[in-house]
Amino acid sequence: MSRAETAPVSEPVPGAEPLPGSAVRRPSPLWTFGLLRSELVTTVRRWRTLALLGVLAAVPVLVGIAVKIETRGGGDAGHGGQGPAFISQITNNGLFLVFTALAATLPFFLPMAVGVVAGDAIAGEASSGTLRYLLVAPAGRTRLLLTKYTTVLAFCLLATLVVTLSALIVGALLFPLGDLMTISGTRIGFGEGLVRALLIALVVAASLVGVAALGLFVSTLTGSGIAAMATTVGLVITVQILDQIPQLHALQPYFFSHYWLSFADLMRDPVYWDDLVKNLGLQALYAAVFGSAAWARFTTKDISA
Amino acid sequence: MAPYESDDAVGAVRDENPHAGRRKAARYAVPVAVVGVAAATIGLVPALAASGDPDLPKITAQQLIEKIAKSDVQQLSGTVKINTDLGLPDLGGLGSSLASGAAKGSGDGSSADPKSQLTSLVSGTHTLRVAADGPQKQKLSLLESGSEYSLIHNGKDVWGYDSKSNEVYHATSADSGKDHRAEPPATPKDFADQALKSVDDTTSVTVDGTEQVAGRDAYKLLIKPRQSGTTVGAISIAVDAKTGMPLKFTLTPKSGGAAVLDVGFTQVSFARPSGATFAFTPPKGAKVTEDKQDSAARKHTESREGFAQGMNGAKVLGKGWTSVATFDTGAKGGLPTGSKSSDVGGFLGSLGDKVSGKFGKGTVFSTRLVNALITDDGKVYAGAVTKDALVKAADAGK
Repeated sequence: MSRAETAPVSEPVPGAEPLPGSAVRRPSPLWTFGLLRSELVTTVRRWRTLALLGVLAAVPVLVGIAVKIETRGGGDAGHGGQGPAFISQITNNGLFLVFTALAATLPFFLPMAVGVVAGDAIAGEASSGTLRYLLVAPAGRTRLLLTKYTTVLAFCLLATLVVTLSALIVGALLFPLGDLMTISGTRIGFGEGLVRALLIALVVAASLVGVAALGLFVSTLTGSGIAAMATTVGLVITVQILDQIPQLHALQPYFFSHYWLSFADLMRDPVYWDDLVKNLGLQALYAAVFGSAAWARFTTKDISA
Repeated sequence: MAPYESDDAVGAVRDENPHAGRRKAARYAVPVAVVGVAAATIGLVPALAASGDPDLPKITAQQLIEKIAKSDVQQLSGTVKINTDLGLPDLGGLGSSLASGAAKGSGDGSSADPKSQLTSLVSGTHTLRVAADGPQKQKLSLLESGSEYSLIHNGKDVWGYDSKSNEVYHATSADSGKDHRAEPPATPKDFADQALKSVDDTTSVTVDGTEQVAGRDAYKLLIKPRQSGTTVGAISIAVDAKTGMPLKFTLTPKSGGAAVLDVGFTQVSFARPSGATFAFTPPKGAKVTEDKQDSAARKHTESREGFAQGMNGAKVLGKGWTSVATFDTGAKGGLPTGSKSSDVGGFLGSLGDKVSGKFGKGTVFSTRLVNALITDDGKVYAGAVTKDALVKAADAGK
């Protein structure tokens, strides 16, 4: 270590590999938050991220306007049960637009956005040639990976909240609010409805934890950001197609998307927890498996870019 | 290479290589271990949880049947899983289109009508929620992905609410006490009552140990037909040791394999459900279908009996388990006639086996439990009996 101590860290040695953990001094624990903050700011400031969030915010607006136009003449939305969950209740209560919007975005838009951000996390840095500079900083690979994952998780929450807020605003503008009816046919107050909407948003965000871990793992496998994003989004689509094939029913409970729509169970009265718990457990399992796989890959691979 | 990179540093890196390989393998072992632990947990936890049948005092079959008869559970709420595997071909869209056609034919096409919802219970796995508070208040909910169908009976009112289409069905009944019948048979108790009705000298009834159902200790009552010629293998009813309420009902066919019908509580509570559970006011903007008083009662009775026993006006041949229901459709040609008869009939004909006997000629349709013979002169024989027994019954009935 004597050489590492004499070599100034701020000056990367060309050709030499930055060894993990060869930090000059132990960075203070607060330093991690500095890294996280800079990661968060970098992610949110990207035009790509803003465009993704814009698309997500536009979905509730489109759904709300479409339902409003369709029901203007007193008709009922959803044509007797077609379309995403809860769509026929939107005219009763604007709060249902939140649930419809989340049900509409969860199968594709949300995992796509998360896949783009997660796939870009490591591979994007590698392809733009900034990964080695990040590793030269005295952070260590494990810490950098954790920071990247936390950033992706923060984006999951942010993306879900963007959909929720946009839907809430559009729902309040276009449709009446007030007491609402659960899908079990019982009534709850608007305050409890809001609490349930927030809970649903959190559950939807948690449903994306598995995709985020998968994307991060894919991201450590390749040096090309585009390849990682395409692979992750492709996996999301493939798994959802496989989830529809009845012959694979023995495998389907282990697909990360299998229990996604279980968030609707929060609108039952009393809440039906079975599938919700299964969903959260499954996401935790995916996070553990692919998170540790990403760690194993990232801490041992040669950084050549 | 940096000028101060010394030779011994390069040597050190070379020496580290086998070490690095080991470290790499050790790190990749972590995700593998996580998968292993998860698989072991998924595999072992249910096995460990299910271990050990409860220790209950011995009871005779007679005492257990009396216990069921005496059972008077007024308040309960719980979750019921119902799994039906009749071995029917999975018709999917065709089945539902036929069902919706039938619903339209009966007058109104409201998706909140209990009749149109009941047909979905005939195949597949469903989760239901039941709640009851005395004879005046019951609720039955059919949980679907992202939506729910609720049938609420509260005093004089019977409400059906389909959250998927936001449609409401409403019927009032003057004779509210009797309207217990409005509830479709969905709980293990409903099926157990039907099965115990058929207990006579053609049946052997034994107590087959104990088991845990929905976290409660239960006796297992095993009902086996003594007659040959029936397709029913055995019926097993788990009876709650404390309250005497049937918690689980399983019907296995003689041919073996998975149960034809498996209805059981996965969660049950005998506390009084909150009053709000049974309160219902139609939401704004929902389409409400009113049903007339008399027709509502008739329809419910019909749908219940149609589900449990077969069509009204049917004659029953034989007794016990080998009894065969017969009725005359009055239609020549053997297969149901209607606007779609040509293609539907042709399709149905291709599913059945042609048989002939003293009764004439006909087609037998088989499922894992029920076989039905439709003769060419329009008579229908159906029962939980084998094909040969069915032909014999048809010969005898001629």
